[in-house]
Amino acid sequence: MGKMIMTADDSASVRQMVSFTLREGGYEVLEAIDGKDALEKLGKQKVDMLITDLNMPHLDGIGLIKGARALPACRFIPIIMLTTESQDARKLEGKAAGATGWIVKPFKPDQLLAVVKKVLG
Amino acid sequence: MKDQYKEAFKEEAYELLTELESSLLELEETPGDMDVVGRVFRAMHTIKGSGAMFGFCDIAAFTHEVETVFDLVRNGRITVNTELIGHTLAARDQIKSMLDVTDGGAGVDIEARERIIIALRGFLPVCPGGMAEEASPTIQPPVAPAAIPGKDKITYRVRFKPAREVFFNGTNPVALVNELRGLGECKVVAQRDNLPHLVELEAESCYIYWDIILTTGMGINAIKDVFIFVYDDCDLKIEIIDDGGGLDNEADYKKLGDILVERGDLSPEDLRQVLSEQKRFGELLVEKGLVQTDKLHSALLEQQHVKDIRHEREKQESVASIRVPAEKLDTLINLVGELVTVQARLSQLAAIRNEAELSSVAEEVERLISELRDNALSIRMLPIGTTFSKFRRLVHDLSRELGKEIEMTTEGAETELDKNVLEKLNDPLVHLIRNCIDHGIEPPATREAVGKPAKGMVHLAAVHSGESVLITITDDGAGLNRNAIRAKGVEKGLIAAGAELSDREIFAQIFAPGFSTAKRVTSVSGRGVGMDVVKRAIDALRGTIDLSSQVGKGTTVTIKIPLTLAIIESLLVKIGDDCFVMPLSLVEECVELTREDVEKSHGRNLADVREQIIPYIPLRERFNIGGKPPAIEQVVITSINGARIGFVVDHVIGEHQTVIKSLGRAYRNVQGLSGATILGNGSVALILDIPQLVKAAERDEMYHC
Repeated sequence: MGKMIMTADDSASVRQMVSFTLREGGYEVLEAIDGKDALEKLGKQKVDMLITDLNMPHLDGIGLIKGARALPACRFIPIIMLTTESQDARKLEGKAAGATGWIVKPFKPDQLLAVVKKVLG
Repeated sequence: MKDQYKEAFKEEAYELLTELESSLLELEETPGDMDVVGRVFRAMHTIKGSGAMFGFCDIAAFTHEVETVFDLVRNGRITVNTELIGHTLAARDQIKSMLDVTDGGAGVDIEARERIIIALRGFLPVCPGGMAEEASPTIQPPVAPAAIPGKDKITYRVRFKPAREVFFNGTNPVALVNELRGLGECKVVAQRDNLPHLVELEAESCYIYWDIILTTGMGINAIKDVFIFVYDDCDLKIEIIDDGGGLDNEADYKKLGDILVERGDLSPEDLRQVLSEQKRFGELLVEKGLVQTDKLHSALLEQQHVKDIRHEREKQESVASIRVPAEKLDTLINLVGELVTVQARLSQLAAIRNEAELSSVAEEVERLISELRDNALSIRMLPIGTTFSKFRRLVHDLSRELGKEIEMTTEGAETELDKNVLEKLNDPLVHLIRNCIDHGIEPPATREAVGKPAKGMVHLAAVHSGESVLITITDDGAGLNRNAIRAKGVEKGLIAAGAELSDREIFAQIFAPGFSTAKRVTSVSGRGVGMDVVKRAIDALRGTIDLSSQVGKGTTVTIKIPLTLAIIESLLVKIGDDCFVMPLSLVEECVELTREDVEKSHGRNLADVREQIIPYIPLRERFNIGGKPPAIEQVVITSINGARIGFVVDHVIGEHQTVIKSLGRAYRNVQGLSGATILGNGSVALILDIPQLVKAAERDEMYHC
């Protein structure tokens, strides 16, 4: 069985691209449409990794990362944030919240897979 | 695929624009509502981010302008007014018309776009440089970097000390260390000196850190990229300790103490102090508690690693320094062969005399000669790559001639074979490659029709396997037609019409003289001469050839060739008073054969070895050797072209260094013997030609049925 990765993004097209790329790469994918949805799903389903956008309605990426880290099942999983801001401030905020790493948008499918492979080991 | 994403993005963008419009109108009513501001910002943000991902760079760049303004609104640095909303609505319409254009809508009003941008920038407190700043955001993704071609391999010393809390960020430090292993030749030592006592140990903290010695051609940035996510919260030290040849050309590396001092693990004062006492330096340091065992181990490893690298380099540089005529080498090999024979006699003599002094001399001579033999043989070894590269031209010319598209790939070009073997291998390989291209690979149109890439593949590989070299020729062509081969075999009387045969047995028909299923004769192949010639040439090299094939997928030919022709490892066996040798490369195992076993098989010459039925050839009968066999005979089981066949002998004496002598002219055509050798006691033993014996036995079997 492949590893389960959650993608949380309010943009359907990005979600679609991330899901398709990950499935092609042999992973299983769980989609969430915003931070709130993601956190609810994380409470019910165990995942091996989380990829989240930063700007989302209801609960943003930083909030989601903090919330996820508070869940016992998600304490040590890799969390990657998708960000359009290449500024360090956002990255540091994410890292402080518990993110493992980041991908700067726009990215190509193979760049996404490289990062996933890197953090999943 | 990309188009599918584009469609998805457009759909999403239109939805967002509709939402944006209503949000903006709402904002006009309640200018201070930060929720609505957030919605506007997010809509812009998503259009920008996703737009850039799916190739709508102009939309992304334009939306960026609006987003910048609303980011400031969000942070309370700009207040919303009707004017701003008016411009933003205009911008929203502009984005929509830009989207429409990609669907074939009316052209974009470039002037209007510029006007909107200028108006929006007017809202910015201090102009931050506008579009130019982040117009087409680029990223530096940590994808695996390619080796920089032509660049020398550099050796780095990396000390990676992750923060205690590293696990809380979901980082797996071991994965990072393993990622480094992927970059090149790598040695890793885990440093455990920070590990506290068990009672104080917190399971969720990381106490261990790593010393890594890495030799890679990828450059230092590739190493830094591995640590990109933890760069800010780990101690990372990367130093060059060998720059690939330029720094200093001494083969020896630094002394242990210098390494430890350079790493900061030992102070220079302590070093001097300890050096004044004479003892094994490393042990001394540990004993004194100045350096932990792990640190010492790590430094020693570095020393060894760099020494190895430098020695390897020296070795490479001194290659190709002497040219010697091939005949001289042949003479040398012959002399070594004689020497091996004489040495065998000396050893035997020493064993009989049972004199300690003589025995020790004989043992020493034996050791030296075996080293000399290996050395002499290795001198005559050549990499098979030179032969491979000749085939590139052949493939190129043939595919032109036949109107096919073919790519040839090779693997294991550095595999070495005796020069004489290599020369004799050339013709059979040419033949096999011709066959691949002519019969195997289909014309481009046919390939495309069955869903294969138009370009065919021929893969040549060589690999060492014990005392032999395996050469495989693989194509992704049509494969062998089992039924056609079978029919042809029946027609030619090579196989019985109703016989139940395995694929391997059927494919073996191809090697029969005059066999060809090709309906069409080309200038290249199809005349039915060829595969039997190939087979004979391989037999002459004491090799075996094996075919496997899947219809529609392709064919693989595997050739197994002994490394050298001059001296072989073999098994010495005895029947009656005569000794025989069998090439050890073909022998798999030896089992006993009792009278009972023979009776149980009712004269069918089949042995039951661990529930596998193995046919055997009684050599005593075959060679008409008189006398009575012992009560327990031995079966030497050999593996030939994938089949296991036994040979019954009286006794197995043991391994033997066999210097091959060819038989006199009168005996050259004797079936079943490929040569002779001289034993330690001066007597002659015949070398069995195993494949030929098997063939002859199969032929007899056919006539008996």
